[in-house]
This record gives sequence, structure tokens and C-alpha cells, in this order.
Amino acid sequence: MSEMPAAGRPLRRRVITEEVHEGPARATAYVCEAASCLSAQSHDVTVRLGERAAEAGLTDVAVKRVGCIGLCAAGPLVEIAETGQLFERVRPDDVEPVVGALKRVKPGDARRPQGPFFEKQVRVATENFGRVDPESLDDYLAAGGYEALRRVLSEMTSTEVRDGITGSGLRGRGGAGYPTGLKWTTVAKAQGAQKYVICNADEGDPGAFMDRSVLESDPYRILEGMAIAAFAVHATEGYIYCRAEYPLAVARLRTAIRLAQRAGYLGAGIMDTSFTFDVQIRLGAGAFVCGEETALIASVEGRRGTPRPRPPYPAVQGLWDCPTLINNVETFASVPAIVRRGPGWYAAIGAGKSRGTKVFALAGRVVNTGLVEVPMGMALREIIFDIGGGIIDGRPFKAVQTGGPSGGCIPAEHLDKPVTYESLIELGSFMGSGGMIVMDDTSCMVDVAKYFQDFCRDESCGKCTPCRVGTTQLWMLLDLITRGEATLADLAQLERLAGIVQRMSLCGLGQGAPNPIFSTLRYFRDEYLAHIVEKRCPAGVCAISQPAEVMA
Amino acid sequence: MTTVYTLTIDGRDVAGSEGQTVMEVAEENGIAIPGLCHLEGVHDRGACRLCMVEIAGSPKLAAACMTTIAEGMEVTAHSEQLLEYRRAVTEMMFMERNHVCAVCVANNHCELQDTAAALGLTHFDLPRISPKVDIDASHRLFAIDHNRCILCLRCVRVCDEIEGAHTWDIMHRGLETRVQTDMGIPWGESTTCTSCGKCVQVCPTGALFEKGRPVAGGSKTKRPFLPWLKVVQEERGL
Amino acid sequence: MSRPRIATVWLDGCSGCHMSFLDLDERLLDIFERADLVYSPIVDVKEFPEDVDVCLVEGAVSSEEDLHRIRMVRERSKTIVAFGDCAVTSNVPGMRNPIGVPPLLDRAYRENVSLNPQVPTQVVPRLLPTSQPVHRFVDVDVFLPGCPPHADLIHTLLDDLLAGRVPDVSGSRFGR
Repeated sequence: MSEMPAAGRPLRRRVITEEVHEGPARATAYVCEAASCLSAQSHDVTVRLGERAAEAGLTDVAVKRVGCIGLCAAGPLVEIAETGQLFERVRPDDVEPVVGALKRVKPGDARRPQGPFFEKQVRVATENFGRVDPESLDDYLAAGGYEALRRVLSEMTSTEVRDGITGSGLRGRGGAGYPTGLKWTTVAKAQGAQKYVICNADEGDPGAFMDRSVLESDPYRILEGMAIAAFAVHATEGYIYCRAEYPLAVARLRTAIRLAQRAGYLGAGIMDTSFTFDVQIRLGAGAFVCGEETALIASVEGRRGTPRPRPPYPAVQGLWDCPTLINNVETFASVPAIVRRGPGWYAAIGAGKSRGTKVFALAGRVVNTGLVEVPMGMALREIIFDIGGGIIDGRPFKAVQTGGPSGGCIPAEHLDKPVTYESLIELGSFMGSGGMIVMDDTSCMVDVAKYFQDFCRDESCGKCTPCRVGTTQLWMLLDLITRGEATLADLAQLERLAGIVQRMSLCGLGQGAPNPIFSTLRYFRDEYLAHIVEKRCPAGVCAISQPAEVMA
Repeated sequence: MTTVYTLTIDGRDVAGSEGQTVMEVAEENGIAIPGLCHLEGVHDRGACRLCMVEIAGSPKLAAACMTTIAEGMEVTAHSEQLLEYRRAVTEMMFMERNHVCAVCVANNHCELQDTAAALGLTHFDLPRISPKVDIDASHRLFAIDHNRCILCLRCVRVCDEIEGAHTWDIMHRGLETRVQTDMGIPWGESTTCTSCGKCVQVCPTGALFEKGRPVAGGSKTKRPFLPWLKVVQEERGL
Repeated sequence: MSRPRIATVWLDGCSGCHMSFLDLDERLLDIFERADLVYSPIVDVKEFPEDVDVCLVEGAVSSEEDLHRIRMVRERSKTIVAFGDCAVTSNVPGMRNPIGVPPLLDRAYRENVSLNPQVPTQVVPRLLPTSQPVHRFVDVDVFLPGCPPHADLIHTLLDDLLAGRVPDVSGSRFGR
């Protein structure tokens, strides 16, 4: 994508308040400059808007670059901060409606409701999205940034911090949902002179872009969350393991780290205390398996990125055999808010054992493709139909895939189930990192299972036999079914093999790889049987050749 | 002083020292657990998955070669289900590349063959992958037929940990994974290989073999020689 | 009850399994005290008969002819034994599978031939895209691996089958 700024090429052609006027702005236009809108020339929109506002003699307005506004399907997005008026699909050569809106803003204007996509969300990890300039430390500070770390360093003991996280009920947002407070306590109590904090930003699920958006929209927040974690577990060094395919996220992280170091929020003696913590970035080289924590550690150490059996867990024996805390981007992003607003506030959101909020990347055949944050326990229907706006062209909903390649497909009959770690597992799926791929009647569920199996076999690191060989064999059996050449014996073989790959594989990649097969078999067995017995694909996706005499 | 733990394997009371693995304690007590990546004398990696056992109280299976014993541990090393799983994993090894016992130098003294026989595997039901795989016969004395490699990485570990040459390593991933010499150059051009032949000796199949040996004429020693080499190394302070 | 009818067929294999079968030596007499050999490459019967009780199948299924025959054998036999590694795993005939048929035929009939190189199309049956074990096409009742299976194992197998027992194939293994 040539429009995307390459890593290292500065994005800092700033067109903000100062250039247009003196003093506080009467009206501000927020232009989304996260990857999705940027790829649709939103930076040109920012520049052009500044120029046009100046030409129109508007000396008391500001144009500001912000992080992801969320409604990615309708980008580039521009929002008038004071009124909440949202402009969709703004082209650089047609910014006049925005200029007109800026003109009309009057002091005392109230924000108008923006419709269910925005109103139904509860923003915690993404609270600064669409509001702060991702590269500006000042902007982050003005939005309450580093208040949490200041409180931690000046008022709290590490035990209090850990207890707070435990009390908030926060669980790992990378997918498995391990209680974050417990993990922090384990690392804090583990023996070791040196300890590390690692942020897992190796987001790789197809259709998932939560972590990327957080890194692009609010990078300082990750640094603050990591610093709080480091204080809580007595670590002094941190790593952010980010995939190299996210150049904008990496560039913004680099900027944030540099500016935070310069301002004394990273490095030795943070905020004039004795607390020392610094962060380095490590880039992944495109291996999905490096999101698995032991493979990630191997990769950070400079070795081949392959997992190893646990125990020992990284909390006890991790990076360079030292106790290591590994949390996902979104987990760290939730931490400053929890510290600032109190564990009780966070724990009051959510349902059952799943507290707080969860960020989801809505993708697929849904009208409002984009990034949303909702309270745990919200029904799937509310997310997909109220927030997501339903299915494109009003076609019938068929299934939603959650949890990425380790997840499953949930059919229409369960649309009213709440989204929690437990309920998704009960439905045969998985929370995962937060990808939600919506499918309508044009999707063949066997083909979907085959797609995810193809992904897993391609991403298998090759270390353990069941994953290396078994995922390919599962794919071959699915391929046989989609070509209309399979028998019922092949279907039985598929189920048997899926169980073996699940139980015998070394890490989560192989153990989770059969899940899309299990869940599609659970809810859409009739589609499998149509391919096998009737030799037809109900969705009309698979090219089934008419039976030939010779098996070829 | 070493702590001694007591545990049960398949209902038998056994004892072992702290730090020992389930595999080691089972071996000492004459309980055979299959395993093809395990090799006494080099580090374990828990990758072949043949030695998976059940441990009471844990929903997940564990690799016996990587699991250290604990007091009161109850290990099930043999069950109907484990047998089915192990057969399937062995089958995967046969189906991954192109194993043709009839024309293999290791025929009749092959650990993969032995494993299949011990598990009562009489045929293969899983899909055969049949990839096109290379042979490297550029070395003066030895050759590698990747068709027969099961990626146990014994060669990689023995070359690194015992010989210290680190000629062998791994490249690519998934099904494309291959052991390689130096940085993927032909074995015969390797500048680090000492031609010691340890990799050939530890290879469980006919993937690594001495040139000039006929079908079924492999020459691997049955005696585990790595523990002796380690003793010698330690005595000489190497 | 009439005497059990035994047959053996030879698909894509080297006949080594049949040689091993002949290695039963005098035990053959014992077997055929109790049963009849109604069809085999080593007896002079042209048509595979109906109502065979036990058929030993040597060799992989590699050509259209093999496929035709194994389907017929399955129809006419109560018990099919995949007899030896080629029938069980496709073994040596399967070594061509990664290569594909056209390059294989080119190599055998064009590149290595100096006089009138041409791929035969008359009389010989067409090859299937890959050479496969017998159970890829028809149900197999008993697997006896080995290259070839030892005569003792063949004897035990036939002895068990004739006595109506589930055959004991323990001790069999791939290769020799």
C-alpha cells in the first residue's frame, strides 16, 4: 500500500492547532489517521482541511490527527469534536462540508448522539481513540495519561497494585483469559534477580486488528501499562514484540518510546522516583506461532521461534530463564484506566467471571466493519446487529467466527448468548484476541473450516509431529470433502484425527487448530453431509465436479 | 543431598531423584515408553509426541521426556487411548514423507519400524502427503535422504551439544521444515562438519547413512555411546 | 460345509510375497488338505471365480487394470487380505507418487531410450495418477505387512482364517 507511510518515514508533518490560529480553538476537526483511514488518504484530508480552513479565514479552528475512530468501513472519517458530527468517506478534494461544519460550531454546542455504533460501546482500553494525537505525549498527558503511573509510584506499594488488578477481575485479553492479577503475583513472587515484562503485540488472527489499532492510536498507554506492570512485578526491562507487518504501529511506538524516555516516563528514575524501567521493540518476522508465549520468548532471545512444553511457565522461567510477565496489548491498555478509576469501577462492568470490557474487530459481511469495545456479557446479536448494523445487503446471518484459527463458528440460534470467556467456550468457540468475522448465507462452512485449517498448516512451526503433519492431513480431508470426493469414512477419519491433533500437539496452535472443524461439525454437519452424500455445496461456494469413474 | 520422590507409573510404585524425568524413571524400572526424539545424552525437546502420558489431576497430556517427577505423581503411561494416539502419531511420521522400508538402508534396524511394530500398527489410514523431497549425497562418507527424516533433530543436538560443531540446524517451517548443514549449503561443502559420523549413528531412521551400505545394511551401534562420551568430556574438563 | 476356497492375486508388486507364500513348503500341503486354491498366478485358471472365501492380494493398485481387478475381487471374495507391504502401503510402486505420471513415463520410455522412443498406449493398461494401497479403493479385512511377510506369518494367518479365528498378525512389521 503505497499510501501507508513506511516505518521510519516521519508522519510528523503536523497540521494542528497552532498553525491555524492563536489561543484555544472554537471548533476542532478530528481526522482519523489509523492504518485503515490512512490507506484511504486521510493524511491528505488532514493537510487539505488545514489549508482550506486557513483560506476560509477560520482562525479559531483546529484540525487534529487522531487515532482510530472505529467505523473503519466508512473511512476516511472526520469528526467535529464539539458536536460529534461525523463525516464519512471524506475525500481530500472534497473537504468543504467539514469546513462548513467547523464554521457553524458555536460555543456551548452539545455533542449529539452518534447512533448505536458509538452509543452502545463502553470505551476503556480505547478511551483515547479518536481523541488524542497518537504521537503527541502532551496530548496523552492532557487526556489523563500517566496519572495512573504517577499514583502507583507515589502512593502505592507493588502489592497494592497487584491486588488492585486482581480485584478488577481483569483477565488476559490475548485469548485464554488467564487472571491477570494472578499472573502478576506469580511473577512478583518468582525467584530471580532480573525480571522482564513483555507486551505481546504479535497479533496474527485473520480478520483481527484490535492490537494494531491500540498501538497506532494510543501507544503511550501501552508504555504506561507496562510500566505499572513492571513496578508491580519488580521488573526493570520490557520488550514489545510486534509483528513487522505493522509498520505504522511500530513507527508510532518508536516515537512514543523516544518521547517518553526524553520526558522521564521511561528509563532510570521515572517521574523523579527510584523506579527504573525501559522498553525495547522486537519485530516478529511473520510467524503466527510467535504469538505463543514460549515461541515469542525464543524469538526475542534471537532463536528460532518455536514453542516448548510448559511447565515451566514463563512467569517462573521465561526470557533468558528469568521470571517474565507476558500480557497482550489490550490487557496492558486496560491497566491505566483500572488504576485511575479503581478496580471496583472496572469490576462493576461485565458479566459472570468476565469483568470489564473487550475490544472486538468486526469484519466480514457486516455493515459497520470496524473496531468496537463493549462490556463483557453483551449479546452477540447486539454487537453484530445494533453496533455492527447487521448484514450487508440485508442477507440472512449464518454464523460469526470468533477466536481466530483456534476459535469456532457460532450460528444464528445462539445470537442471544452473552459474550464471555465461559459462554464462548460453551458454544464451542473461544474469546481469542477479539476477531469477529460475520458470515452470511454466501459462506460455505466446510470451506470456512478448510480456510482456517490451511492457515494453521501454513503457520505450523514444524516442531511437533501432530501439528506439522496432522494439520495438513486435516486440510487434505477437508479438501476431499469440498471437492465432493469424500466418503462418510473420511468424515469419521476427520473427526478422529481432529481429536488427536487437539490432544497431542505441543502448543496452542496445534491444540486449537481443530476447533473450527469441531464447531462447524457441531452446528453445520448437514453441510458436510451435503458435500459428501449429495455431492453438492449448499452455499454454492465449492466447485464439486460430477463424479468420475476413476478416482483422480 | 538429593531428594527422592515416590510415584506410580501404570499403578506400579517407583522412585526417582529430584530432577529426573518420567521417561528416565520409567526406563530405570523397565517400563517402555516409546519416543523417537528422546536420546540419552542430549537435551530433550518434547517434539515427537510419542511419549505423551496421562498425569492424574491434569486434563492435558504431558511429554514424559520433558516432565520432571514429583512426589505422589500418578502417571499412566499405557492405556487404550494413548495407544491409539501413539499409533496415529507414528502413522503421521510414515505419511509425512516417503518411507519405503523395502529399499531403505535402515530396514530391520530402524527405530521408526520398531515403534510401528511395537504399537501393532499394520497399515495406514491417514492421508499420505507424498512430497517431492531431496537427497544430499555430496559428503564424501555420508548422505542424507530427507524422504526418511522424521525431524527428531537428534543430529542437530548431537552435533551441537556433543561434537560442538553445530553443522546441523533447521530451516523453513511446517511441512517444509528440513535439517540443513551450515547455512543450507550441500553437506559436502560444509566447512564446519568434522565428519565424525555421530549424526549418522544417532539417526533413528535411514535418513542419515554411510555411503556404500546396501539395503538393510546399515551399521548403527545399538549401544548408547553418548553417555560415555559425556563422561569422557567431563573428566577431561571439555 | 463345502471346503473353503482360497485365491491369491498379484497386482502391482514384485511377486516376492507369492515367493514367500511358496516358502510355506510342506505346510502348503497341510493348508490344502483343508482348502482349495481356486485362483492364483501360480495355478492355471484364467477367470477369477465367484464365491471365494479368502483372497490374498499382493501388490498396490497402480493401473486401471489393477483397479478393475481389485473391485471384482472384492465383489467375489468374503475375506480380503492385504498381503505384503505393496498392498498395505503401496511401498515401492508408490515411490513414483511424488513424481507424477507424465514425467515418469517420459523418463522410462523417452529419455532413457535411444531407439524409437515412445510411450506405449496399446495393450498395456493406463496408469492411475498415483499408486495406492488396496484399502484406498475397497474394504480390506486383514492387513499383513512385510516385504515380504515371513512364511510363518502367512501360515499362522491362513491357519487362523481356516479355523474361523480372528487372525493373529502380531509379529508382522513393515519391511523385512
